[in-house]
Amino acid sequence: MTPHRTRNILICSGKGGVGKTTLTANLGIALARQGVRTAVLDADFGLRNLDLLLGLENRIVFTAQEVLAGSCRLEQALVKHKQEPNLALLPAGNPRMLEWLKPEDMQAIVGMLAPSFDVVLIDCPAGIEDGFKNAVSAAQEAIVITTPEVSAVRDADRVIGLLNTHGIQPIQLVLNRVRPKMMANQEMLSVNDVTDILALPLLGLVVEDEQVIVSTNRGEPLTLSGSHSPAALAYSNVARRLQGEDVPLPDPAKMGRGLRAKLSRLIKTKIF
Amino acid sequence: MTLRDTINRLLGLQRASATTARERLQLVLAHDRSDLNPELLEQMRREILEVVSRYVEIDLDEVDVSLETEDRVTALVANLPIRRAKAVAQPGVKANISLGVKEPGLAQEGAARPPDPGVASSAEAASDAGTVLGADKPASETSQPEPETATTNLGTLPGPELSKPA
Repeated sequence: MTPHRTRNILICSGKGGVGKTTLTANLGIALARQGVRTAVLDADFGLRNLDLLLGLENRIVFTAQEVLAGSCRLEQALVKHKQEPNLALLPAGNPRMLEWLKPEDMQAIVGMLAPSFDVVLIDCPAGIEDGFKNAVSAAQEAIVITTPEVSAVRDADRVIGLLNTHGIQPIQLVLNRVRPKMMANQEMLSVNDVTDILALPLLGLVVEDEQVIVSTNRGEPLTLSGSHSPAALAYSNVARRLQGEDVPLPDPAKMGRGLRAKLSRLIKTKIF
Repeated sequence: MTLRDTINRLLGLQRASATTARERLQLVLAHDRSDLNPELLEQMRREILEVVSRYVEIDLDEVDVSLETEDRVTALVANLPIRRAKAVAQPGVKANISLGVKEPGLAQEGAARPPDPGVASSAEAASDAGTVLGADKPASETSQPEPETATTNLGTLPGPELSKPA
């Protein structure tokens, strides 16, 4: 039997609002559904939202900071997901105790999680300041998420540079909010443009999908319901690729162009 | 995309915005990664051209010095089309390399636009002392010699001895 080794994976983007937390929530659920014991660690303790996307906002009592301070046990701070018992949420810090969380604290937190989990997904705060440095210090590998927009790609590039200097390896890319029609019209940076510029292997391609907003409203990640929406499928595939499975990437040029896509659009067309 | 955009694209009046986005990104990332600001790059470009121009005659209209990035490696790419090699390298001969870049100390109108290579070259050859940047000034003051002659002279005659254009 191979010795147990926990993968601490940082999910970061540089720019805010490109889908870090949504990816963390969906990937966490998808991995848990595949039988992987997964912890999602919200490193964005100033503006935490991972609890909200997972529908666990009412169940947080303690954070990792209280565990480190010795005021509670780890089991008390971990919030287990009801439908997916393989998944647990741990908010890293309490906003009221903000000042004393340091890189060593983050390393201590992932150290505490290691015995009980196979994967720890660290939801990194936006920006490249202290919150980012804390989160990076606890990770060995990273997923950079970006959208095909100049500002997001530029910030991603900056973050990749920092990840490289921290010796994070491997770094993989998820391209979010892809609009195949705009790409086909050359009104949006193509997948190749982004992967060429950032020089990272592509782990996933997520098309713009309204269902993401619907699922966020409900606090039920798309991957939880086994939805067949394009984004749900994309997130599940990211989880499978992360586990080493060889799942071919979709070709955005063919997305939404085939007969089946046209038919399904026709069926979905709202009449009322 | 509006119908107007589509028509403009078909007529070749407007480029695809993705192409513009890619080019803008590549440029800004090259600068982000190298920490070279455009001013420094411009200075470097001028100095490179100064050195190269001592040995070969460069087609100044086609010169392109830029930062390019591929696979996270940033390279300084200089494309300097050579008109011809100079017979003998003349340390005193200076080619025009000001390329119409406005310098803080040279706020004259003439410096802002690309000068006629022929005119500027002969003037610079004449003024063997002084910086290359200052060369634009005499160029705008002297009478206009035949561009072809001036260019040829630069290639064959030693700089300091070259008499002022008649």
